[in-house]
Amino acid sequence: MAAQLKDAAQVDSATWFRVANFLADYAHRLDDGLIDDWTGFFTQDAVYQVTTRENFEAGYPIGIMLCEGRGMMEDRVLALKTANVFEPHTHCHILGRPDLRPAPDGTIAARSNFSVYRTMESGATELFALGKYLDRIVFEGGQPRFRERRVILDSRCIDVLMVFPL
Amino acid sequence: MNPTTASSLSEPLAWPEGGVARVPFRVFSDAEIYALEQERIFRGPIWNFLCMEADVARPGDVRTTWVGETPVVVTRDQDGKLHAMVNRCAHKGALVCLKQKENRESLTCVYHAWNYSLDGKLQSVAFRNGLKGKGGMPEDFDPSKHRLQPLRVATFCGLVFGTFSEETEPLEDYLGAPMAKFIARNLGRPLKVLGVHSQMIHNNWKLYAENVRDSYHATLLHTFYTTFKVNRLDMDGGIILSDKKWHHISYTKRATLQAEKEYETVHAGQYQSQLAGPELLRAWDEFDDGITHSIQTVFPTLVVHFTLNSLAVRYFVPRGVDKTELYWVFLGYERDDAAQQRMRVMQGNLTGAAGLVSLEDGCINEFVQRGTHGSPDEEAFIEMGGKVAESNESSRATEASVRGFWHGYRNIMGFN
Repeated sequence: MAAQLKDAAQVDSATWFRVANFLADYAHRLDDGLIDDWTGFFTQDAVYQVTTRENFEAGYPIGIMLCEGRGMMEDRVLALKTANVFEPHTHCHILGRPDLRPAPDGTIAARSNFSVYRTMESGATELFALGKYLDRIVFEGGQPRFRERRVILDSRCIDVLMVFPL
Repeated sequence: MNPTTASSLSEPLAWPEGGVARVPFRVFSDAEIYALEQERIFRGPIWNFLCMEADVARPGDVRTTWVGETPVVVTRDQDGKLHAMVNRCAHKGALVCLKQKENRESLTCVYHAWNYSLDGKLQSVAFRNGLKGKGGMPEDFDPSKHRLQPLRVATFCGLVFGTFSEETEPLEDYLGAPMAKFIARNLGRPLKVLGVHSQMIHNNWKLYAENVRDSYHATLLHTFYTTFKVNRLDMDGGIILSDKKWHHISYTKRATLQAEKEYETVHAGQYQSQLAGPELLRAWDEFDDGITHSIQTVFPTLVVHFTLNSLAVRYFVPRGVDKTELYWVFLGYERDDAAQQRMRVMQGNLTGAAGLVSLEDGCINEFVQRGTHGSPDEEAFIEMGGKVAESNESSRATEASVRGFWHGYRNIMGFN
């Protein structure tokens, strides 16, 4: 599990800016509807999970969404594009300043807060999700990628449904 | 029970001709009917699901929940006995317990520090004798006449139920033998909670009660079921209704699939794909009865599903005439080994608020709510599989369990 390393120093500033840009790019592409770009932000064996603070703190393994490996992420994308039925909507991520520290295993342990607003066909815009990202990030061929991204929602309650990854 | 007639409404409800195969849209948006349901159903002669026994496993455990709109608290006292009572102080009516779960020696209302034992009896009242000989409660104040309003409690296979009515039959009679036996199949061994969350759906609670009984929609709306051959109506399966018809079991035997051409013509049959991450559906045969998918309901608001190896209890709480909170409790067994638990965890992706075979239900009932809202005098037409509510062990191309729900609902509400 991606825990924060309170004692470690932040990464150097050049790395900090690259990773901060990577985190922003991830959110912007999702917000722009470029769902096909989503899996490219992860390593092949990466874990992506959306869960709640309640589950995370209780150590419960089942949250809202869990993909182990890019194959499962691709299945999610294919399902939402072709199989799942839902009312059209868009997301807008607002990201907080990331905290980035080198971890003993050579990855970067990242924590950042987020809020995601959802806009429906009706025109209604509402706060949909609020919480924190706990990430483990590695560089592959000079390019940052998530080895692990855990999305920890503050609320246990999802409004209507969740189909797009956060 | 009071004689129940629809005349308690300012405008009486006349159920349409066509009986249980018709549903007047008014029942989904009328605030008076919603209020009457609180009295006749939730506070009436039925067993309401309260929580998992695992939520109140140890002495002193306290768990808040709801019966309809009424806040309820479930406790386990120091002798290990379970209690349930309205979560409302006998003084001013404030909530006594605020946390979802905690462990306490007694219950104290934060407003004026009235203190209750874990069985809901009033133990002490702050400043009962006043201060410096002044103030305090009158001479005739009798703490034994003031307590948290109790519910009767019963448990079955790790599920805790409560009822407000003295007339409610014993829980196992309420369930009936076939329903109890199937609950025992699925939940009758030590359980382990694997995850919890909830979903706010913007529809009347009865639309979800219908939806979860509707074996007709499941493989049409939820494409994922169909394509990956988890559940289809061209597999052997059936519908079993309880005596009062308001509980049901729908089951499927995956190994019996004989693909029907009918599926090629519906949207759900169009999505052709191999999973890039096949571990999602990796499964093992847990039972020797061949059943690989089942949904069971207990009137009014409890559901147990077992899809492949994904086991969960769902329950839903009315939050207003057009709002319902749907809770998911994902379960495994204490005896599961690591590989079995991992399969349950991966299959956890199938259901819940983002479930590949369930997320559509988060919005589909809202579409009905929005579609019917302005037309209380119109009605739904529910004749797939016939016009009556009877068990059908040969086909699930039927709305029999939906009609069963309305049969039970009309009887308890007095909408004849």
